[in-house]
Amino acid sequence: MNIVVCVKYVPDATADRRFESDNTVDRVGVDGLLSELDEYAVEQALQIKEKADGDVTVTALCIGPEKAVDAVRKALQMGADQGVLVTDEAIAGSDYLATSLVLAKAVEKVGVPDLVMCGMSSTDGAGAVLPAMLAERLDLPQVTLASVVETQGDQVRVKRDGDTATEVIGGTMPLVLSVTDQTGEARYPSFKGIMAAKKKPLETYSLADLGVDAGQVGIGAAYSAVEDTAERPPRSAGEVVKDEDGSGAGALTDFLVSKKFI
Amino acid sequence: MSEVLVVVDHVDGAVRKPTYELLTLARKLGEPSAVFFGSSEQGSAAAEALGKHGAEKVYVVDDTEIKGYLVAPKAEALQQLVEKTSPAGVLFVSGFEGKEVAARLAIKIGAGIITDAVDVEDGGVTTQSVFAGNFTVRSKVTQGVPLITVKPNSAQVEEVGAAGTVEEFAATISDSAKKAQIVASQPRKSSGRPELQEAAIVVAGGRGTGGDFTAVEGLADSLGAAVGASRAAVDSGWVPHSYQIGQTGKTVSPQLYVAAGISGAIQHRAGMQTSKTIVAVNKDEEAPIFELVDFGVVGDLQSVLPAAKDAVDKRKG
Ligand SMILES: Cc1cc2nc3c(=O)[nH]c(=O)nc-3n(C[C@H](O)[C@H](O)[C@H](O)COP(=O)(O)OP(=O)(O)OC[C@H]3O[C@@H](n4cnc5c(N)ncnc54)[C@H](O)[C@@H]3O)c2cc1C
Ligand SMILES: Nc1ncnc2c1ncn2[C@@H]1O[C@H](COP(=O)(O)O)[C@@H](O)[C@H]1O
Repeated sequence: MNIVVCVKYVPDATADRRFESDNTVDRVGVDGLLSELDEYAVEQALQIKEKADGDVTVTALCIGPEKAVDAVRKALQMGADQGVLVTDEAIAGSDYLATSLVLAKAVEKVGVPDLVMCGMSSTDGAGAVLPAMLAERLDLPQVTLASVVETQGDQVRVKRDGDTATEVIGGTMPLVLSVTDQTGEARYPSFKGIMAAKKKPLETYSLADLGVDAGQVGIGAAYSAVEDTAERPPRSAGEVVKDEDGSGAGALTDFLVSKKFI
Repeated sequence: MSEVLVVVDHVDGAVRKPTYELLTLARKLGEPSAVFFGSSEQGSAAAEALGKHGAEKVYVVDDTEIKGYLVAPKAEALQQLVEKTSPAGVLFVSGFEGKEVAARLAIKIGAGIITDAVDVEDGGVTTQSVFAGNFTVRSKVTQGVPLITVKPNSAQVEEVGAAGTVEEFAATISDSAKKAQIVASQPRKSSGRPELQEAAIVVAGGRGTGGDFTAVEGLADSLGAAVGASRAAVDSGWVPHSYQIGQTGKTVSPQLYVAAGISGAIQHRAGMQTSKTIVAVNKDEEAPIFELVDFGVVGDLQSVLPAAKDAVDKRKG
């Protein structure tokens, strides 16, 4: 069985994330890492591999700047078997349509997948649309936003906690599967895992390797454009009182009354 | 004027409020037409309310054949409807399904997509709140039919009294769209409180509740508020996941947000930072949540919240 896990390299959410002068996300000047939400996808892929009877190859696939190799490496340290980084100057500033095109081509180059796995959303763009787009491009069913994943042979069943209902979704491989942070904590790389990762195959593809024309990607080919970005003015810290001898509740109520909430 | 398609979010025919908000926003782009997936009886029944809120037409797509499948069939049907109507845009409610249907449609018709808009201006410029609410981004679809998913609570519901003329639309659905099957579905039980994303006031509890949400719920009910939670409280199994506020939960932007026993991690802020007024009750005066508050109480939530509830009840008489 072939599992491709799509992992994104994102600016650290606890760092000062910002935009470049062309309004694209600064992916180089801010410390980055493997998107935490994609660790859950790696974890579920590894669990499927561990449970499976036959041979399973887990490939971690990332599109990003050269530094993004860190995200692939982390996935290898966690236990993925091989890694692929697609990097090319022309990709910078790509929108979802272009990113999904490149990801789809890369998935096809890796081989015929049984499962293409994704996180529920990236932690920077947070669109949560790429898995569905990838499914559309690869003409595969999507079983997305799983909070519990079960596989048996080529059958996949997941629980999906929707807005108005909890559903059980089923499908037959090959398919695109995305998982939420409810699927269970992701493992930390062990020392052994970190050592082993150094010997695992890690390939780098350019757009030319994938047969994608540079004119189809990047900021110039985007279907949407950012007009402007503005930092939200920081909230000015308001009044903070200590609850001494039960005074806190009264002060809080007075505040709510002054703001007409009561 | 071109049509603007608004995909109706409903449960068994009951239209949910965010759809009406979309109808308000759609008028900035053209003439709103609602797209209703469901039975024709439900569609006709909903058409009156949809018309009242601005839908000139209501396309009813019979879903008998497709309702057991996830996302892909709806994208196919919308592709056909877009081809028929050449709309000035398609608006979706930003939820799991709305976003994914929009995503597949974007690839099918070659159109730009904007997710999680909190406003749409005349001419289609949208506003998004990004990086945990620290930045505001204005952007615009520049190619293809703009596909925009809009967060709940982003516009006023307005009654304008449009025709709401029902038109049945027969879509052709391919077999390959019918592969991800909805095997079972369990509707969420109503808490009897306002919907988290629609509420004017939200009272949320975190790990600091120690698992006892009585004080949080008590104050919420006195204020007529919805109850929310941090992921720590959800992960501990104290409240259902549907309560979660933050990066991987819901985003709320109420008039008043009360955080009790919540430290204010960046992932939590991502879901509440744009609230109009923020209040926190926390034992630890160093808790980062206090950086955001309009008013804060350093104290034990188990005593402050019940006392505040009593005071609120008394004022209300
Ligand atoms: C990828 C990812 C996604 C995440 N998504 C989310 C998300 O969507 N939503 C979310 O909330 N978190 C999310 N988190 C988790 C987040 O990082 C924090 O761990 C979480 O928000 C902490 O919850 P908390 O504030 O309730 O708990 P803690 O950080 O443990 O804080 C508890 C607070 O309660 C106070 N306290 C204790 N006892 C009392 C008392 N008796 N009275 C008053 N105060 C008291 C303490 O002083 C402390 O400040 C995510 C994390 C990751 C990595
Ligand atoms: N540049 C990328 N490289 C690899 N995978 C990605 C990339 N962007 C998004 N993904 C995958 O798609 C999921 C959803 O991303 P998004 O739609 O951007 O929120 C992520 O959790 C990843 O699994």
